[in-house]
Amino acid sequence: MTKLLEVNNLSISFTQYVQGLNRHDSKVISDLTIDIDESEIVAVLGSSGSGKSLLAHSILGILPYNSNVTGEIKYKGEVLNQGLKEKLRGKEICLIPQSVNFLDPLMKVSEQAIGECKDDKEHDEKKIRQREIFNRYGLDESVDDLYPFELSGGMARKVLLSTALIGNPSLLIADEPTPGLDKKSVEETIEDIKNLKEHNKGILLITHEIDVALKTADRIAIFYSGYVIEINTAENFKNTDNILHPYSKALIDSLPRNGFKLTEGVQPLDEVSGCPYYENCPIRLDKCENNIPKLINHDGIMIRCFKYEEANDES
Amino acid sequence: MNLKANNITFSYSKKRQILKDVSLSINNNEIIGLIGDSGSGKSTLCKILSGYITNYTGEVTMDNKAIPDKDFYPVQLIYQHPEKTMNPKWKMEKVLNESWTPTQELKDTFGLKDTWLTRWPNELSGGELQRFSILRALNPKTKFIIADEISTMLDAVTQVQIWEALIKHCKANNIGILAVSHDEELLEVICDDILHFDEINNL
Repeated sequence: MTKLLEVNNLSISFTQYVQGLNRHDSKVISDLTIDIDESEIVAVLGSSGSGKSLLAHSILGILPYNSNVTGEIKYKGEVLNQGLKEKLRGKEICLIPQSVNFLDPLMKVSEQAIGECKDDKEHDEKKIRQREIFNRYGLDESVDDLYPFELSGGMARKVLLSTALIGNPSLLIADEPTPGLDKKSVEETIEDIKNLKEHNKGILLITHEIDVALKTADRIAIFYSGYVIEINTAENFKNTDNILHPYSKALIDSLPRNGFKLTEGVQPLDEVSGCPYYENCPIRLDKCENNIPKLINHDGIMIRCFKYEEANDES
Repeated sequence: MNLKANNITFSYSKKRQILKDVSLSINNNEIIGLIGDSGSGKSTLCKILSGYITNYTGEVTMDNKAIPDKDFYPVQLIYQHPEKTMNPKWKMEKVLNESWTPTQELKDTFGLKDTWLTRWPNELSGGELQRFSILRALNPKTKFIIADEISTMLDAVTQVQIWEALIKHCKANNIGILAVSHDEELLEVICDDILHFDEINNL
């Protein structure tokens, strides 16, 4: 069966100039594999600044010119090249950006939601749809003529969401939809995202907040130092016995309600030759220092760790 | 030692008042949590307590005396986004030592690695930068720390590391902390007492 979105072995690096003409390649995402089905929410969980937004940007084809991308992205079984990305984005694939700063401050919100139109006829059709969607999110007609600065944070978020939905996309990418929001707004956002799933949409949720991922997603991918180290069901994440990677366990144990347990160690700054978690790993093997484990399937859980690779080999 | 805010009232524009008669008190041996909705004025209060905003009415006192603004300000603010508080053209070593020179022991407590010191701010992650911004605020003359959502942008593992180190240092040196956050579960774990912003703001 073809998945809605498949990302296979995606790597993204940037070429930067350091000191004069010396060029330096810095790798941000390494060997990322993930898939999303219809009516499914997959969360990518990683610390902020770790480069997870670049995954969204590469699916939409909006990476900057100095980026190098290898690997393959497929949408409904078809390879996504730049041409197809440009054709699909804003229609089949839409982004819910993270901040209100993505709204045009000089444009009425209804017109931004409608977007570019060929002629008046198209505009009128889209206007009806825009009204419909605004209504669904409780934005009445008085909101249509407002400018972004006149909106509250919650309203602005709803406008961003409505804008993404106008083209009736099949795949939505939500990039950090919650940080800095209070509890009530977070709950609302979670409900909105879950509601999209009921409408058969596939959703890629990019976040660093575990709670949001746990409450919304069907599956969660843990992102560490540019690598996806584990993809497991949200259900399994509720109990550390059911998650495999030592970092994933540490992450769950460090939540305030789970005891606020301290785990030493920081993510490596530079590219390492072995497993990215080698330095901090309590179960490391000798070969972990200089070999990078692959993302493998262990009892239906995707895991990047030699321990489970060996366990697979034995059985 | 005791930090007090007495009847603080403030507004950015005539149209909307942000703070009205806000009073609170923190002792230097305790950690007080402050929780409230987005946009309610928590960060504004933080800036008033740490001396960045001065055109308010009411008073901020330490041991019932006004805080002199000529010398080192004993109430230090740590922000949510460390990358916005550092000079992008300074290397981390200069950033760290601007206010004082932390001991090696303290650097170790905060997990600060020597290899980071020769980097530019944009070459480090938010978690790494936040360790610098906390450490440089811990000048021996600092008596109170205002922590405005300092771990909101960090992953859970880093959040524990940073709070453990900060609390350990502050308890040992009698520094009081006002911890502002949306995360009630976090505040329940780290704080001695929690204030609800809508209850102390008399709007």
